[in-house]
Amino acid sequence: MNLHEYQAKEYFETYDLPVSRRSIITKSSDIDEAIESIDFSNGCVAKVQSHTGGRGKVGGVKLCKSKLEVEKFVEQWLGKKIVTIQTDSGGLPVNIISLEELTDIDKELYMSFVVDRGDKCVAMIVSEAGGMNIEEVAEKTPEKILKAKLNSDYLIEEKEIKVLANSLNFNSEQTDQFSKIVSGCAKLFKDKDLSLLEINPLVIKTDGNLHCLDAKINVDENALYRQEDLLDKRDPTQEDQREYEAKENDLSYVSLDGNIGCMVNGAGLAMGTMDTIKLYDGEPANFLDVGGTATKERVSKAFKLILSDQNVKGILINIFGGIVRCDLIAQGIIDAIKERSVSVPIVVRLQGNKSEEGKSILNDSGLNLIGEDSLQEASKKIVELVK
Amino acid sequence: MSVLIDKSTKAIFQGFTGSQATMHAEQCIEYGTNVVGGVTPNKGGQEHLGKPVFNFVEEAIKETAADTSVIFVPAKFTKSAIIEAAEAGINLIICITEGVPVLDMVDVVNVLKSHPEVRLIGPNCPGVISPGKAKLGIMPASIHLKGTVGIVSRSGTLTYEAVKQTTDAGLGQSTCIGIGGDPVNGTSFIDALEMFENDPQTESIVMVGEIGGSAEEEAAEYIRDNIKKPVVSYIAGVTAPKGKRMGHAGAIISGGKGTAQDKFKALESAGVGVVTDLNLIGSRLKESL
Repeated sequence: MNLHEYQAKEYFETYDLPVSRRSIITKSSDIDEAIESIDFSNGCVAKVQSHTGGRGKVGGVKLCKSKLEVEKFVEQWLGKKIVTIQTDSGGLPVNIISLEELTDIDKELYMSFVVDRGDKCVAMIVSEAGGMNIEEVAEKTPEKILKAKLNSDYLIEEKEIKVLANSLNFNSEQTDQFSKIVSGCAKLFKDKDLSLLEINPLVIKTDGNLHCLDAKINVDENALYRQEDLLDKRDPTQEDQREYEAKENDLSYVSLDGNIGCMVNGAGLAMGTMDTIKLYDGEPANFLDVGGTATKERVSKAFKLILSDQNVKGILINIFGGIVRCDLIAQGIIDAIKERSVSVPIVVRLQGNKSEEGKSILNDSGLNLIGEDSLQEASKKIVELVK
Repeated sequence: MSVLIDKSTKAIFQGFTGSQATMHAEQCIEYGTNVVGGVTPNKGGQEHLGKPVFNFVEEAIKETAADTSVIFVPAKFTKSAIIEAAEAGINLIICITEGVPVLDMVDVVNVLKSHPEVRLIGPNCPGVISPGKAKLGIMPASIHLKGTVGIVSRSGTLTYEAVKQTTDAGLGQSTCIGIGGDPVNGTSFIDALEMFENDPQTESIVMVGEIGGSAEEEAAEYIRDNIKKPVVSYIAGVTAPKGKRMGHAGAIISGGKGTAQDKFKALESAGVGVVTDLNLIGSRLKESL
């Protein structure tokens, strides 16, 4: 789950991380109050709040020197959509704009905290190349990327901090500030179950102080049960509507561009099914894992999701029964098809736990279902049927 | 031989009396696995599926000499369940539970550093089966056949796919290990590959990976330098879009890293027999023998 930048900065403040004072605009009548509540003597930076990077490149972050310029910015963006290199062509809605006090920048750096899968720990990454795409920096100039592991107490030893600070040419005051920022971020990461915390850029101001100019936070969805305050900050308008609805129904769904809807049990097999469709010259319309307890209700909801995509011309159901019993799935499929009066062709492949019983239930249903034994045959069939 | 579990394994289930654990424990017992009891806090002293229930793992070990535990407790209790098992003296912990917070797993890995004798499989995995000997997990028994292929996989149902194909090919399996789909887990591909290389029953290996992280790339390097047995590999997620989590917490292409194409390339250059068609795992394996 992602937070907006302004929400991330509220958490930063709680952990004494230096961020700019800011105010929030959600409707044009907020402008006067928003300007008054910050130091606007030299203007401000107006920032579109949406769950995407690359906002600046499309005019979503702008220096505004007067109230008129703020009004123009708000008129240009509020209630509109922002399309960046990170969004799809539909873009994301802009419902919030933040105004930030100006920062005089001397130098831009990069800092992030991530879960390091290989080393099974949380790691910090810092770089003198701030404000840029860090993946590109890592690719082209790996020597500019510095990495440090957090120990089991979510700390980096002082000695290591000093070595890093030295490589970044910090003076002693900046080293102290750096150390505080590192420990504040590490604590925030642990306390709030983050999967990513990124400050890009972390800047050195002209007065020499370190400052978090941007703030990005991703939260581990598995831990939301113990992070109720974060759960309240979820913004469904920033998520794909079908994906959001799927989540609400405890299904795992991702939209794709093709025309063959997929319903599969298990995430790996769901990907494998998409890949097989593609291999036989079809185009999958979605990833969908109905999970281990594929009941009639879940199958029915899965049908609803798949069919809400107008591009879907046929459906491939691929169930390998481990936990789930194929006879129950078969009944669920039949009930759901009747309930939703599904008209597109459906190919079903059942394997594993009670698959023979499942197949005979499908064959006896009198519905327009095609049962197949192998995924290969099932994929060929559905590709042929949607042509 | 086989790896991790066999006829001599003495297993308990943590979260024994829950509905999922009950259903699967029953099937494991039916398969012939030596399940010696289970743990459910506050239900100690009861009997369940004809086996004793204990409040704590330590008690269960004392009474039954259990050496293996299968964890079915809810995600929010998983961290403490794994640590309890490790500290009580269980050597093999198989964690089926999915949805465990990743920082809980980072903590678990840190604790396990002081218990080097403990092997953790999972979380978010289907478990382990050595066909004809013992089954500790949620996989359907009927598709398995005692044989010579060692299977290791990040995904549950994809493992079943590989199992069925090796059964249909008449090869059968020595042991199948689901290492789980989470970003931080107990056992890596490399750990499993090493076990299979050293196991006399295992004659060939199937490795099923998926997008996200670099475990497959690291495994490729390990295979090139250390594995003499033939390895066939399939990677799921060629069609997965970047930046989207594909069901498993660990299955995400982030920053252009962790694509199926990169993994296929790494494995191919390490001499692994890669298949881009999931349906060809069995036939490709037969060719490589």
